[in-house]
Amino acid sequence: MSKERIKIAEELFDIMPAEYQDLVKRATYGNEQRGWKDIGNAKELIEEHSLCAGCPESMAFRYILASLPNPEDTVMVGSTGCTSLVFPHVAVHNIHSLFGNQNAVASGLKRALTVRFPDRHKDVVVLAGDGATVDIGLDMTLQAWFRQEKFTTICFDNELYANTGGQESGLMQKGFVAKMAPVGKTFEKVRLPEIARESGCHYVVNCTVSKPNLIEKVIKNAVHIAREIGPTYLQLYTPCILEIGKNSMEGLQEMRDSEKPTERFAYKEYVSEPAKELLAELAAKEKERKAEAKRQLASQTVTV
Amino acid sequence: MAAQASFIGQKNKKEQVYTDPWHMMNEAARTPSFFTGSEVIKEAVRRASCDIMVAYPITPQSEAAALCGELFAEGYIGDYFRGESEFAVMSQCAGAAFGGARVFTTTAGPGTMRAMENFPMWAGARLPIQMIVTCRGINSPLSIQPDTLEISYLMQTGMLVWHAETAQDFYDWILKGYMVSEEPDVHLPLALCCDGFFVTHTKDMVDLTPVDMCLPPYDPYRSPVPCMDMECPPVRMMRDPFVMKSNYISYATHASWQQEVWAAVERSRKHTIRWMDGLIDTENTDADIIVVASGTAVSQSREAIAILEEEGIKVGLVKVKTLRPWPGEEIREATKHANHIIVPEFNVTGWLAREVSATIPNNNRVHAGPHVCGGMTMPPEIIAAEIKTVLGVKAPSLAGRGG
Repeated sequence: MSKERIKIAEELFDIMPAEYQDLVKRATYGNEQRGWKDIGNAKELIEEHSLCAGCPESMAFRYILASLPNPEDTVMVGSTGCTSLVFPHVAVHNIHSLFGNQNAVASGLKRALTVRFPDRHKDVVVLAGDGATVDIGLDMTLQAWFRQEKFTTICFDNELYANTGGQESGLMQKGFVAKMAPVGKTFEKVRLPEIARESGCHYVVNCTVSKPNLIEKVIKNAVHIAREIGPTYLQLYTPCILEIGKNSMEGLQEMRDSEKPTERFAYKEYVSEPAKELLAELAAKEKERKAEAKRQLASQTVTV
Repeated sequence: MAAQASFIGQKNKKEQVYTDPWHMMNEAARTPSFFTGSEVIKEAVRRASCDIMVAYPITPQSEAAALCGELFAEGYIGDYFRGESEFAVMSQCAGAAFGGARVFTTTAGPGTMRAMENFPMWAGARLPIQMIVTCRGINSPLSIQPDTLEISYLMQTGMLVWHAETAQDFYDWILKGYMVSEEPDVHLPLALCCDGFFVTHTKDMVDLTPVDMCLPPYDPYRSPVPCMDMECPPVRMMRDPFVMKSNYISYATHASWQQEVWAAVERSRKHTIRWMDGLIDTENTDADIIVVASGTAVSQSREAIAILEEEGIKVGLVKVKTLRPWPGEEIREATKHANHIIVPEFNVTGWLAREVSATIPNNNRVHAGPHVCGGMTMPPEIIAAEIKTVLGVKAPSLAGRGG
């Protein structure tokens, strides 16, 4: 699989939209080493977006799309929310059906793709906000993990219902005053990463999206583990700067402040034993690949 | 049909031969078998080349869902699992259909209502999922008994809606249903309804097609919307999602798409007429009195008509097979001579009488009733008594029957 899949007929090339031409010329499909650093020269999978200026979710979107190990065979499932405004710009197939049913849709999708393509990897990645994941969709989120469905669930945790204007959500901090929480939220932030671990997820990470290297690593780990072993879960803090009263340039600092060791988005990772073995195998292969590349480079140097 | 045609004559892993559907359904030898409606569902699915079946328990469809599980264990279905609720099940079906699978599921009564948000989404996303609805009561106080009220809601979803009278209808229509709903100019989900228990839990003689024949597999690339498998080139679809940028564009897009969904329902008409030999069946439509019914109310009406015939009262019958597409023209033609149109129903609201009234001239001819609900049977005598009342003929009270 490669860019060949999105080749344009030569006669029609000049009348295709500029974004599409760019995708065909510069997409990183078929490149196993693709990562967030490609964003600089390949706009890659996402062109523009209609999120607020400075929205951390837009950063997260770009890092995730650039880090998918196999975008040419990845289908994403979204849910109602600000993510729905970005998916129309994204050059991987994506499904938005109803609010909160993303993990149920992904269950059926992954199974259908497995039946239809038994000899190929077809990755499914769910991407939804905290309302869809932890509130209205919690049953379907958990049951997909109980059933050991082989896909990755990513929660964009902005600690409220952002798209509808800042109502209380299950992942909101206790005491936060919000619409529908007029005297402050009365119960603690739901501990979904712990619940995910206990529900059968093989790889769970809780962090912010302030560090692209880190996001690239956890996305790749999560997709590879889901493909081979079972469900994986990433909870990424993508603060809604609008609803927490921050300016456009303050999103990054908000995340940095929230990932300090004592804060609620301090990096936490859980890896099951089978997943550890898989990651070790993948790391060994990567080491061998780099060594081989180094050998080849050295031999070329000698020849020259 | 090119891709599907290329499979015809080949064998699947169960040694069934992918067979031309018209030959299989209309020309191949049939074997009479004595089965319940639930068992008939299993036998139809055995021959339907289904990729995915999602199950959830709710009376009276639980038996059928469990029997389909046996089919999976035997290797006739690609994948099978139990969802966590009807809302989730229908969402799982959606995901599987988005991914290009032929999908089958079953539900009933409260489950149908719990899942309701999915059905307009299925239709809008053009997912040709087949859902068996074994109708039952949905109201409070609790009832698990037959009642067809849920069909009233399904008719407004954009799905195809068929209403089977017998187990034989059920068997044939499950298989024919895929042929109609998967046509590229249709590509819509199908709610294939029957009256729970009356059809699902009673045994009947059913002529089955050969067990070593099955439908050709579903070809997702005949869909009018892209199959979500990344095999077709993906694009960045638009600069700005219209849902946010312009109320007018959003309205225009949404309105035109909704119209297209309903146009697809209409386009199913020609395919349905071909496969089901018309959207209605009729008997004695030159009579002054015509009963219009669907589901097992048709069977009860036949008995009532026989009772009245012994008394010298001639009554005709229209059996409505499909509710979407709605056979308006056919019913207008069949009832044009009638002065009295009786519509007996297994529900309290009378959705069929409303539909008939809305599409025929001089609709004061329509008498909505009798109605029974919540599992009450509809003795033919009730229908006969209703007709006598309409005619001004004195009928004995049924209140003391059996006393």
